[in-house]
Amino acid sequence: MLDDLLTRLCPMHLILDAEGTIRHAGPTLQKLRPGAQLAGQRFLELFRLTRPRAVTGFADLMADADGKLSVGFRDAPHTTLKGQIVAVPGGAVVALSFGISLLDAVRDYDLTSADFAPTDLAIELLYLVEAKSAAMEASRQLNQRLQAARIAAEEQAFTDTLTGLKNRRAMDHVLARKSGGGMPYSLMHIDLDFFKQVNDTLGHAAGDHVLQQVAQVLVEETRREDTVARVGGDEFVIVFDNLTDRPRLQRIARRLIERLEHPMRFQGRTCAISASIGLALSVEEPGCAPEDLLHHADLALYAAKRAGRATMRFYATPAPGDAARCAPGWAEPGRDEVGPEPGLNRA
Amino acid sequence: MHGLVNRAIQSFVTNTYGRARWRSVTEAAGLGGIEFEAMLSYEDGLTDAVIDALCADLGVCRNDVLEDLGTYLVSHPEVEALRRLLRFGGESYVDFLHSLDDLPDRARLAVSDLRLPVLELREEGAGRFTLTCGPDLPGFGWVMMGILRAMADDYGALVMLEHDGIRDGDEVIAITLIETAFAKGRDFNLGARAG
Repeated sequence: MLDDLLTRLCPMHLILDAEGTIRHAGPTLQKLRPGAQLAGQRFLELFRLTRPRAVTGFADLMADADGKLSVGFRDAPHTTLKGQIVAVPGGAVVALSFGISLLDAVRDYDLTSADFAPTDLAIELLYLVEAKSAAMEASRQLNQRLQAARIAAEEQAFTDTLTGLKNRRAMDHVLARKSGGGMPYSLMHIDLDFFKQVNDTLGHAAGDHVLQQVAQVLVEETRREDTVARVGGDEFVIVFDNLTDRPRLQRIARRLIERLEHPMRFQGRTCAISASIGLALSVEEPGCAPEDLLHHADLALYAAKRAGRATMRFYATPAPGDAARCAPGWAEPGRDEVGPEPGLNRA
Repeated sequence: MHGLVNRAIQSFVTNTYGRARWRSVTEAAGLGGIEFEAMLSYEDGLTDAVIDALCADLGVCRNDVLEDLGTYLVSHPEVEALRRLLRFGGESYVDFLHSLDDLPDRARLAVSDLRLPVLELREEGAGRFTLTCGPDLPGFGWVMMGILRAMADDYGALVMLEHDGIRDGDEVIAITLIETAFAKGRDFNLGARAG
């Protein structure tokens, strides 16, 4: 009578006698050990207990107050089960369930939904694991695609997100269009002086603020058609279309330095920077590729840095007879205007 | 509309009729080769536009296209995961039919913003059932026709299905179960997860 009732309500039950020998096993539990009849085996020889742990014999187990069980088969597969043991006249009834080992168990023992009581949530748990895995996989794929799209978009972007200026990629595009000759142009390479100190002493937020202020100055002091790009941490390049007049470029450069030297305020603190500027003009080097002209502007910038910073230099073509290819040369600007003849000054 | 629904339609069209057809259909719908994301939401109008364009392209009526979609969802290997989730409904086709009452809740349990129409199964006796589909997704009854037919195959059951039109806004499907073990059906192993 009790056997039938338990078989229907709890297919993973055991009925034990007073000595701890299995008298009857539920059909699902028996299915886990197809080669061996469970009835007749001793409960503690079939299972290893992890809760309660300090049990030396069946009497100990029966004396345990709450009767909560955590057990595993002694032989493989060592499926763990959780359950409850309740004393009844003449022995005990043990109700077991898979708990978290369910996923492995359905695989190991080829269980079907008929092996579970209709009240058991096992099937719902399996359904949920599978449904959630599928949904998670769909989300993961979406995230991967979004990530890839974001990287692609960033790679294709022409804007420096911090300053709103053009980025190096945009400048490269502009320069690439210059390689066919055509309109004369000048390249101004600007490197901030003392910017590292601002970053180091006042922090990156102050540094970012300074870069944004610099960007604003550069935009205000140039024409709409000029390309203003941030090409490195504190490096900027301006491409002046159709402007190759040395005195005028010099005035622009000096004005930029002067304005950038105005102390900038950030959260009540003062950030003082300056700038060094190198210039190269396409009309002074006919046939020079844009990337070479940029390199020359860079050399002139280096000269300005060496000259004590906060100043500007023009690149000058090496004197005739100078064997060195791409030798760094630069013109010292006069106090008021720049002479046309290049004064060579080897570093 | 939930992206899963749109994605299912896209999967149905590309795996049944090819990628070129998906491009022409979406272009006709004014969506230019769109790829739906399963985990995003879209305007309801997009789904209708795609289905209308598909019907026009195939020269097949809407109901038949939706029924084919339902069949595809259960029988195509590409969407095996869905068949498995439906098989969790029960051991037999009758169990499965009864599990349909829970289907919208089950769907919501898996994907919380996925709303399916309310489904209600009524047992009429002698192997006859009626399934009513709530009005939220017009034509969903035809998709269910395809699903019920393909799931009968899956369980090896022999059934007769009839779409009885719309009653009080709900679509009504008459199901007659002729034989529960007509054919062998397909295996369903609880522990074998679809890849």
